[in-house]
Amino acid sequence: MIVDINFVGLIIASIMASAVPLILASCGELITERSGVLNLGVEGMMIIGAISGFALMTVTGSLIIAVFGAMLAGVLISTIFGFLTQTLITNHVATGLALTIFGIGISAMIGKNFVGIPGKEFPVLFEGLKDTIPLLSPILFGHSIVFYFAFALPFITSYFLKKTKIGLIVRAVGDSPESASNQGINVRFVRYACILYGGAMCGLAGAYLSMIYTPQWIENMTGGRGWIALALVVFSTWNPIKILIGAMIFGGLTIIQFHMQAIGVRIPVQFLTALPYIVTIIVLVVISRDSRKIRLSTPSSLGKSFYKDN
Amino acid sequence: MIKIVKRDQPSKAIFFFTPVLAIFLTLIAGGIIFYILGFKPFEALKFFFIVPIADKYGFSELLLKATPLCLIAIGLSFCFKSNNWNIGAEGQLTFGAIVSGGVALLFYDQEGFYILPIVILAGAIGGMIYASIPAILKTYFNTNEILVSLMLVYVSKLILDYLVVGPWSNPEGFNFPETRQFSDSARLPLLFEGLRIHAGIFLALAAVVISWFVFYKTYLGFQMKVSGFSLKTAKYAGYKGKKMIILVFLISGACAGLAGVGEITGPIGQLHREVSPDYGFTAIIVAFLGRLHPVGIIFASLVVAITYLGAETAQIFMQIPKYTGQVFQGMILFFLLASDYLLFFKFKFIGTKK
Repeated sequence: MIVDINFVGLIIASIMASAVPLILASCGELITERSGVLNLGVEGMMIIGAISGFALMTVTGSLIIAVFGAMLAGVLISTIFGFLTQTLITNHVATGLALTIFGIGISAMIGKNFVGIPGKEFPVLFEGLKDTIPLLSPILFGHSIVFYFAFALPFITSYFLKKTKIGLIVRAVGDSPESASNQGINVRFVRYACILYGGAMCGLAGAYLSMIYTPQWIENMTGGRGWIALALVVFSTWNPIKILIGAMIFGGLTIIQFHMQAIGVRIPVQFLTALPYIVTIIVLVVISRDSRKIRLSTPSSLGKSFYKDN
Repeated sequence: MIKIVKRDQPSKAIFFFTPVLAIFLTLIAGGIIFYILGFKPFEALKFFFIVPIADKYGFSELLLKATPLCLIAIGLSFCFKSNNWNIGAEGQLTFGAIVSGGVALLFYDQEGFYILPIVILAGAIGGMIYASIPAILKTYFNTNEILVSLMLVYVSKLILDYLVVGPWSNPEGFNFPETRQFSDSARLPLLFEGLRIHAGIFLALAAVVISWFVFYKTYLGFQMKVSGFSLKTAKYAGYKGKKMIILVFLISGACAGLAGVGEITGPIGQLHREVSPDYGFTAIIVAFLGRLHPVGIIFASLVVAITYLGAETAQIFMQIPKYTGQVFQGMILFFLLASDYLLFFKFKFIGTKK
């Protein structure tokens, strides 16, 4: 059997493309969680980003406005979460769930008039280089700017957390809000900022789905990707580089099921679709079994409210 | 000048008042959203909250929707009271429906009084099996139950999808994704001629009574309460933490499974792709709105059930998408959580100092 090497390259590229929204949302959520806040609203923020991006693109015709508008929408919706959990000291889990339910509902309400409208073509970079190197060309060239940004983001996030002063502050707030507060750090402010940043990244992830990947608006189109993104953060043990690996595995599972069907492998399609979820559970079990390891890598104050009497 | 002061103790009166406040604020916010979207706010709210339950049929539909919500929320309150975040009730419902549906299909061409009890039992067991997965993984492998129970929701829906399309699909069904109709002996009896409300409501009411008894009259209820306040205290008191975690998950799974049975042997009468319009998720809101109190949960399930009916009515009469129901559900939980601030803090008026 002769395998076209460029075909392999194309498959890898499509796996990477399906990993993009997971990487964006997970890296955003990772920063939020590193500051000690557990936001279960990823799915809701992504779907809001998806409809905002698509609606703005259709109405204004400007892709730049649409992409930044989607990020802003993510920021706005996460402000609700921030206000509730940080200012009104509500439970993170319940508030995040409310955010997801609300987000799915409101996006469908706004999206009513955008169902069935075709998407626009999103410009790609380095298209001229597409046929230059065998195997590598389809992987490296001819993708949207969001694609390149997503694959740079884990490294940027890792550098930010390890090497910058602000990154250190974020980690300090997540690991020990009391001592951070005693050092004069405004814990609430830092956590607000991390929540809003997470919202922006989830908004971008949603916009990628509705404007570049699919590209059209479908109700509930995130289809559980937000929850996978949340699981990826745990999978990575809060290490951004490992998010990259995890997202590729999940992207791979998604893509492989299409190809297995195409070449006629007799496995029920539902089983293949369920694989990412089953694998997530198995991975969660494997990494959390070692309680010492998970304790060392989990932000100590994750999901706990911080209230300072003043 | 107004100062915000932390209360020494959470206020009991406000504890039961805030759900009412939350519903009121949700109505106002809902009206504003309708206005922004170009609908007449009062008319839209009327179609949403009053028209659907204005007649006998509507009221029966309300009880029909409130039954699974109440049942699941009662189960969840066992988990939430003891600090276990089971958010996969939707999966437990689906799996309960699968197991009980499978049993009902075995008897599809038979009649007999013994069939229904077996089918109901199978549903409860199915829900328990499915809930035991996050429980066992949490207790023995230290795995986060939120993510596991949630991932399992997707898995259960895919199992159901596989079964109704493939091996269990009706051989005479022209390849529709549905099973055979269950025999009449596997159906829950209807309470009134011409209305869809069925005997499943008694399962929900039984759950309410039993849970009230367990919460307030048994040692287990006390242990759950202590564990909910502080896991450290529970450990210090020597409670068997692992046993309790598994027990509350099993109870909650059984309730969700029973809700699944109620749907397929009640209004549906067979298995198909969508056995539940996300009752399992909505019940989380019901549990909170009802303050994890059995009686509170009854009221909360009725209130939240209206959002389902309202969404349908509003879609028919005003072309408002049916997802609007979720907007209201999300807002209720937002406002409820927000008004909990009043539980722990109070506003104090103090004279301005010179």
